[in-house]
Amino acid sequence: MSGPAEPKKYKNPVLNWIEFRLPIISYFEREYGDYPMPKNCNYFWSFGALATIILVVMIVSGIFLAMNYTPHTDMAFASVERIMRDVNYGWLLRYIHSNGAAFFFIVIYIHILRGMYYGSYKYPRELNWILGVFIYLLMMATSFLGYTLPWGQMSYWGATVITNLFSAIPIIGEGLKTWLLGDYTVGNATLNRFFALHYVLPFVIFGVVALHVAAVHVHGSNNPAGIDIKSKGDTVTFFPYMLFKDALAVCAFGVLISAVIFFGPNLMAEVDNYIPADPLVTPAHIVPNWYLAPFYAILRAVPDKLGGVLLMFGAIAILFFLPWLDRSKVRSCNYRPMYKWFMMLFFVNFFILGYVGLKPAEGLYLLIARLGLIYYFGFFLIITPFINWIEKPKTLPASISDIYLGMNK
Amino acid sequence: MKIFILFSLLFFYTSNLFAAESSTKSLPQHEWSFEGITGTFDRGALQRGYQVYSEVCSGCHSMKLLYYRDLIDIGFSEDQVKAIASEFTVIDGPNDEGEMFERDARPADRFVSPYLNDNEARANNNGAYPPDLSVITKAKKDGANYIYNLLLGYKDPPADMEVGEGMYYNIYMEGNQIAMPQPIYDESVDYADGTNNSAEQIAEDLVVFLTWAAEPELEVRKNLGIKVILFFIVLGFIIFLAKNRLWREVH
Repeated sequence: MSGPAEPKKYKNPVLNWIEFRLPIISYFEREYGDYPMPKNCNYFWSFGALATIILVVMIVSGIFLAMNYTPHTDMAFASVERIMRDVNYGWLLRYIHSNGAAFFFIVIYIHILRGMYYGSYKYPRELNWILGVFIYLLMMATSFLGYTLPWGQMSYWGATVITNLFSAIPIIGEGLKTWLLGDYTVGNATLNRFFALHYVLPFVIFGVVALHVAAVHVHGSNNPAGIDIKSKGDTVTFFPYMLFKDALAVCAFGVLISAVIFFGPNLMAEVDNYIPADPLVTPAHIVPNWYLAPFYAILRAVPDKLGGVLLMFGAIAILFFLPWLDRSKVRSCNYRPMYKWFMMLFFVNFFILGYVGLKPAEGLYLLIARLGLIYYFGFFLIITPFINWIEKPKTLPASISDIYLGMNK
Repeated sequence: MKIFILFSLLFFYTSNLFAAESSTKSLPQHEWSFEGITGTFDRGALQRGYQVYSEVCSGCHSMKLLYYRDLIDIGFSEDQVKAIASEFTVIDGPNDEGEMFERDARPADRFVSPYLNDNEARANNNGAYPPDLSVITKAKKDGANYIYNLLLGYKDPPADMEVGEGMYYNIYMEGNQIAMPQPIYDESVDYADGTNNSAEQIAEDLVVFLTWAAEPELEVRKNLGIKVILFFIVLGFIIFLAKNRLWREVH
């Protein structure tokens, strides 16, 4: 029963045996060993790796939390506190998970802004960008669902406010809301299904992340100059160059996140969520998690409920079209003297929107939110498509290696 | 470029801190032993704080998330905890005859609540519900300072202010009216260890106890945190050297 001689690609016979039947050894060699990265990539290119690591940490810590959590309105709050008090290192698991979510968003925001600034969404990486926006959407849904689980005041009222948005949709709105909640108000049925969905969605995210990574490896990573790889001299191999660079980024990130987890684990949490949910007492200000606040600001900036909901979802949906809204052939903002500043202003504006999203929607805050809303959409619908009518991009270097010729001499 | 990264991270980081802390500026800040990266609880203060809770607060406020066995953490011996628990009665059962029965509490029981249920609590307090104190310092902004100031914040109301019936004037309460009568006065509690029992001292001891109750892991957490951060710094430094060596030939 011996077939043709199996190829002896590696020294280790076990590797050869596996490789012949499932070529994952050569796959990993190709994609994570010899994979060429532009050598001018800066540390902003480490945030994809950081995000992947956090996703794994979130899934692992989440599984252990789920083993000790009880998704019932009468017991959820106490079961979370039981994790914090009586489960071995339960406080660590929970603080890693809750702060990990916040840091996941910090990392993802930097990752997205990097993609926008250096034009990573443009040809031929459009699909990659779209997959990324899907991941972002899934993350928002997952974090919202997870925020409900401790069943504190903010959990309950946040879920109430957000699910109420669906009732703004004409005709089917009320029915849709009831269908989502499994009840007429947020209750035990809601908590149960939110828990089930919160458990499963991260695995969906993981799948889309795999596609996202596979897609970027087809044409290779973008780089700060935004120009294509011309020769082997423009690149370094992933192993060991990028691995060590990413590892350094992970250590720096580890210091930052540990500082919060161990010395200020509740700094980014709303204090009201340590009060058990009470449907009879409405908190003075119902605020979302800060990382969803920019969209909450957009929602409240519009006086009409349906209009607010449409603009809020529109603000996310418009991201999908960015590769086609941007008409310029130049990728990197480093070579776009005007768009660069509008891009910077977009970042600042997004941040300001987040800030006012956490404040009561009245007076000056409301005015700022409205101005921010106008700039948000103006940036995508007016500045991005039409700026190359007046903008003269700087001359691009002939190749990535050429950048260093000028610098070192 | 590294500076830019650090800056952007800091930007995100600090802005959140400000967002979380912004409205507590006016609260006078007390000095606490559990603050800072090496903060710990003073065992004496914790035990005195428990005495204050049991003599002053526990008449109305429950601490449902705590067990009597937790008191071993604050320096009581097992026998002392058994003695403390046995002063309380819990309803257990059903027994073999199907009857519920009363028995003395054991260390494995949760702190016995002063009222059978929320409705009884409200009925006995003019309709105001005395909140559970298990995680109260986490449930308020700048919790420790807030509770401390609130306990000492009872003053005579200004002449032009009408305080509602059954309400008391307190400068740190939102709206300045609170349903809880002033709980702590000088000499409210007699300390066995001879510690000065001024109202300030009693309030401080109680807040230390409540902070421990809300974050019993605080000392372990901070201790582990120093080690984890040191690990990342040392590992990061080694990787930094290796990375520089590796990349020197690239540029």
